[in-house]
Amino acid sequence: MSAGPILSVEGLRVAFRSRRGAVTALRDVSFTLEAGRTLALVGESGSGKSVTSLAILGLLPRNGDITAGRLAYRARDGRELDLARLPQSEFRAIRGREISMIFQEPMSSLNPLFTIGDQIGEMLLLHEGLDGAARRKRVIEMLEMVEIPAPARRIDSYPHEMSGGMRQRVMIALALICAPQLLIADEPTTALDVTVQAQILDLMRRLQREMGMSILFVTHDMGVVAEMADDVAVMYAGAVIEQAPVADLFARPSHPYTRGLLASIPRPDRPEGERLVAIAGSVPPLGSLPSGCAFAPRCPLATPACAEPVGLRDIHPGHRVACIRAEEVLADA
Amino acid sequence: MKLYILKRLVGMVVVVFLVLTIAFVIVRLAPGDPAALMLGPDATPADAAELRARLGLDRPIPVQYLTFIVNALQGDLGQSLFFNRPVLSVLAERVEPTAFLALFSLAISVVIALPLGIFVAYRRGSFLDQSAVSVAMLAASVPSFWTGLVLQRYLATDLGWFPASGYGGPDATFLDRMGYLMLPSIVLGIVNSALILRFTRASMLDVLGEDYIRTARSKGMTEGRVVLRHAMKNAAIPIVTVVGLTFALLVSGAVVTERVFNIPGMGNLVVGAVLRRDYPVIQGTLVVVATLYILINLAVDLLYLVIDKRVRY
Ligand SMILES: Nc1ncnc2c1ncn2[C@@H]1O[C@H](COP(=O)(O)OP(=O)(O)OP(=O)(O)O)[C@@H](O)[C@H]1O
Ligand SMILES: [Mg+2]
Repeated sequence: MSAGPILSVEGLRVAFRSRRGAVTALRDVSFTLEAGRTLALVGESGSGKSVTSLAILGLLPRNGDITAGRLAYRARDGRELDLARLPQSEFRAIRGREISMIFQEPMSSLNPLFTIGDQIGEMLLLHEGLDGAARRKRVIEMLEMVEIPAPARRIDSYPHEMSGGMRQRVMIALALICAPQLLIADEPTTALDVTVQAQILDLMRRLQREMGMSILFVTHDMGVVAEMADDVAVMYAGAVIEQAPVADLFARPSHPYTRGLLASIPRPDRPEGERLVAIAGSVPPLGSLPSGCAFAPRCPLATPACAEPVGLRDIHPGHRVACIRAEEVLADA
Repeated sequence: MKLYILKRLVGMVVVVFLVLTIAFVIVRLAPGDPAALMLGPDATPADAAELRARLGLDRPIPVQYLTFIVNALQGDLGQSLFFNRPVLSVLAERVEPTAFLALFSLAISVVIALPLGIFVAYRRGSFLDQSAVSVAMLAASVPSFWTGLVLQRYLATDLGWFPASGYGGPDATFLDRMGYLMLPSIVLGIVNSALILRFTRASMLDVLGEDYIRTARSKGMTEGRVVLRHAMKNAAIPIVTVVGLTFALLVSGAVVTERVFNIPGMGNLVVGAVLRRDYPVIQGTLVVVATLYILINLAVDLLYLVIDKRVRY
């Protein structure tokens, strides 16, 4: 299945300009997404998952800039593009057609003043020049694919007439109608209740099987990771600190932070009260990160050597980690 | 929808009724004998009695009120004391300059303020944005008679680009007359464009920060389409509202501007009527302007329905 990476992010840095100077939100984000697979990007709130997603699509807020790094993307025509340096005019042809995105908030991500048919159909107008009855037909087909009941009627609904789960289906239809190669899903189910969440995840898996796109799946829910991902990249304070295939990561977490994260998953065999308080302390504010390993101040295994900058390295094939004591973490487990 | 319009029409009738009542009361509230006031200090008691009888002021108040309402509903707003003609026909003569002045100045302010407001919102924080906001503040705080006098002096008297004042003679053609309205419309338009600019900018700024704008960008469209299609429609409701409000301000603006440029419109008429204590004309203008304002409000509210399908009344 794997035909080489479709996207590799290398040393991505993003800074936000503010009145009090620049704040570095992403310090060192590196990961590889293999074609046709799902990579879960996990991490606590504020670790930089959304900023990473937006940077890939060139949609950073006005005050945000990519200050270093590469976003190597293999376009459908075989060219390798660096999305960090792609001119806007070229980017427009990629957005929506080759890479599309669904967002966390289905309530606010759709324009309240246009029908859903209009909003989905606009993709066909933009990228295929399709209009009129042919366009409407394609939109109805797509609504059917995302299992929206009575699509021929629903196409003329406005977002406020639909539930959160239905709107997220609309977002998925919108994102996938031009059959993109890469789908970025930024916590697409976080705002939904549990049953709806499961339905949306099922739907995404089915559509991936049918359409074969690669997915970058942003989440902070390890349960969702286990269900959806082929590979996992773990972020901490603006950097990816570990990447591995999902089974490998769950079996052999090699970064103390990843271990803590996995230990904090609520499990039925472990009563709520006994849940390991795995990670003491909290994420330091972005402005005051240490120059070395950002996790060191909270790490039970930290040594003076952790004050030196540390990058990702292969601990075994396909498993990369940014910790000088990864071998000991593994041996300990 | 139909029910809503019906409700609004009923509401309108009530408001018109209130306006008529207020117009009626105002004249009666003036201290002293209205007839004596209208006639001025030189009038004899006999004159006053005669006028009272002519205006029906000698009859009991409820009878006066009923007569006034019934007449008004039939389009009879009384006789002008000064012109000795029906108020409505006096007003009708003065409608043209005021209506076109209002229309032109509104068009000017919308044409200036709308694109500029959108542009500076998009380029928020830029030099152009900051200058536009400051200039708009200035324009809104300078009294319009001052702007009027300055522009009249430089653009009309010195440069001769516009006629300085008046509305052409009795045999001026329609186009001539409209020419006389250009400079006054600009003066009035400047003041209103400041207001519309600030509203457009604020409304656009709000919308541009919304999630669905990010969604629009993620679809791969040009920034122009993002702003003019996806943002503009959402920003439109506050903008439509302020344009509607501006229309109301135009009425008071017209009074001042027509004075400065000596235009025989309703603004000038009402000022004259106040000075001459021509109460029926004051009453009539009040009723006509208020009714117009109610109609514009209704039009604005109906426009909301067209723009935003979520709006349910
Ligand atoms: N427009 C902005 N200006 C300044 N800082 C920003 C901006 N957007 C994001 N940040 C900062 O970047 C950091 C990463 O934010 P991001 O939204 O990527 O977190 P996240 O991992 O997606 O969290 P969550 O799970 O809560 O969605 C945060 O510290 C945030 O404060
Ligand atoms: Mg996020």
